[in-house]
Amino acid sequence: MGKTPAAVIGVGQTHHRAKREDVSMAGLCREAMDRALEDAGLTLDEIDAIVVGKAPDLFEGVMMPELYLAEALGAAGKPLLRVHTAGSVGGSTAIVAASLVQSGVHKKVLTVAFEKQSESNAMWALSVPVPFVMPVHAGAGGYFAPHVRSYIRRSGAPTHIGAIVAAKDRTNALKNPYAHLREEKTVDMVLASQMLWDPIRYEETCPSSDGACALVIADEDVAKSSPNPAWIHGTVMRSEPTTAAERDQVNPQAGRDAAAALWKQAGITSPIDEIDAAEIYVPFSWFEPMWLENLGFAAEGDGWKLTEAGETAMGGRIPVNCSGGVLSSNPIGASGMLRFGEAALQVRGAAGEHQVDGARKALGHAYGGGSQFFAMWVVGADKPTN
Amino acid sequence: MSRTLSAPVTVSFDYTRSVGPVIGRFLTGLRDGRFVGARLSDGRVVVPPPEFDPVTHEATADFVDLPETGTVTSWTWVSEPVAGQPFDRPFAFALVTLDGADAPFLHAVDVASPDEISTGLKVRARWAAERTGAMTDLVFEPAPVEPVETPTEPVSTSSTNETPAEPVTGIVTPVSLDYTYAASPEESAFFRGLSEGRIVGQRCPKCEKVYVPPRPACPTDGVPTVEEIELSDTGTVTTFCIVNVPFLGQKIAPPYVSAYILLDGADIALQHLILDIPVDEIRMGLRVKAVWKPRDEWGTTIENISHFAPADEPDADFDTYKHHL
Repeated sequence: MGKTPAAVIGVGQTHHRAKREDVSMAGLCREAMDRALEDAGLTLDEIDAIVVGKAPDLFEGVMMPELYLAEALGAAGKPLLRVHTAGSVGGSTAIVAASLVQSGVHKKVLTVAFEKQSESNAMWALSVPVPFVMPVHAGAGGYFAPHVRSYIRRSGAPTHIGAIVAAKDRTNALKNPYAHLREEKTVDMVLASQMLWDPIRYEETCPSSDGACALVIADEDVAKSSPNPAWIHGTVMRSEPTTAAERDQVNPQAGRDAAAALWKQAGITSPIDEIDAAEIYVPFSWFEPMWLENLGFAAEGDGWKLTEAGETAMGGRIPVNCSGGVLSSNPIGASGMLRFGEAALQVRGAAGEHQVDGARKALGHAYGGGSQFFAMWVVGADKPTN
Repeated sequence: MSRTLSAPVTVSFDYTRSVGPVIGRFLTGLRDGRFVGARLSDGRVVVPPPEFDPVTHEATADFVDLPETGTVTSWTWVSEPVAGQPFDRPFAFALVTLDGADAPFLHAVDVASPDEISTGLKVRARWAAERTGAMTDLVFEPAPVEPVETPTEPVSTSSTNETPAEPVTGIVTPVSLDYTYAASPEESAFFRGLSEGRIVGQRCPKCEKVYVPPRPACPTDGVPTVEEIELSDTGTVTTFCIVNVPFLGQKIAPPYVSAYILLDGADIALQHLILDIPVDEIRMGLRVKAVWKPRDEWGTTIENISHFAPADEPDADFDTYKHHL
């Protein structure tokens, strides 16, 4: 039995900041939820089910926060699910919410993802020493930097490509009133910044943010009354082991397989020609060219050429992260849902100053763990025909 | 001897929690020695106030002050208190409904034995002398049976006769968890090998890849990797990063080079330190050899190898390790 059509009819997000000391976790979530509900023209009472996502509990030190959040999120008397797939969780949470509608179980599902990074220190939380093992771990940057080096070596990319990405995304964020870092950056400014985890520089690194994102996903009947639904054309999740002999950490198989399945579901044969805007999970600048290849926007080894030629800038062949992306706002658990939500805003023509003119189909993408969880969707302005 | 090695791990952090305007108002009240509750849309008075009304979902806004006396509606006896609890002697946890409130909240009651507490017992708050705006600013104790003409000293806030202190906007929540970390039997064999100066891997019977450290199951084939293979302590740097950033809990002072080292005979790289070479000369393909600590410092740990150092051999050809990137 096939899926029934579903669409995003409401998108909401918080103003992302290093510290949102004015709100609790519940207040942060409600800020995003209330905006999404207002956008959808619905009230919390009209929602059938709530799906919550966030990254590891060690980040806030609250085990299973969905239990304490249930009442504040209006989930009393409704199904409440919590999803966790590390950094990709915002994406997979949106997919779980979508599947509850696509399966015909519910008509109106609200999903919210959040992180309040200011409550602890993610670098610490990701580097807790394990007995007997060499304590060389140094957070997410320390994990991904060697693989970025591998990409540079394998692709022969010039070493300033990462800086082009960072300058582009940070400058894009100037057009996004919700972004955490809103400051114009040039390639030279990025190149002049400190090497944190060589070859990753300070300005090529995502910030640590407090923030949340929420979506309202509805079935066809409900979506009919929305002036601009973002129809879901395809959703895919894939995972793979963190470590395995000869595992490709630059171009992971799970990501390649997920992308191939996604394009097939969405009826897309040439992603670069058919996708008008892409929101790709790029926490460290070099992941833009890496994921362009992994997703099939470029042949292996050629992703950096699109970046260098300016094709991923607004107005390029495949605008990537017009919102400023993870490099400008990184409430970890919400970062994936922001990618999915920003893709929806693009095809709804509701992205404001960072709108890509006439966007009809957009990609939302997230990855997590040691590049071992992938979640992605394609949304479109038109109802899918397949 | 146990099949598996284990070691204690403590994960602890002082979480800085922002509490938002509603809980902040309640905690500010505690700091000032009074209970702040809220009247909800259904008319109930609840303390602590919920952040959002359970019926209308609107932010709570109708705040009410409540007295410091109430009634035990249910209780349990804590005969063996643990660290972090309100008392280091036996006490009761009770649901206390404050006079004028419609719902109870959980707190500690200071009584010496379970005979001194029962459902229906009248209790009152006993405020701490130093208050910060936290649940620990008070405990409950049995209230005097007869109403006292002049009750005990009026509750004074820590800021009496001074300008009112800033509202409470956050609390610090120290969390500390003690774990016993257990290595798998296969990893334990690896760590025990290291205590004898040997590096022991295992080969998957299906894909024939050699894993170091060995796994309970091959990640690709899902079968046990039983055949033991002793590996060389010489290998090739496949890729690496230079850690320049200091962070909380860091064990090695930056800058240091965290490298993936593909030991000769292994099919997966392991992570270790590279030293004895200027950082800017470290490169992919560099051949390195383990530098072992003095034998009397060895334990069952990879840290028996102090670090890896250049092996004085020509660099490995890219084709020999490119499929490990």
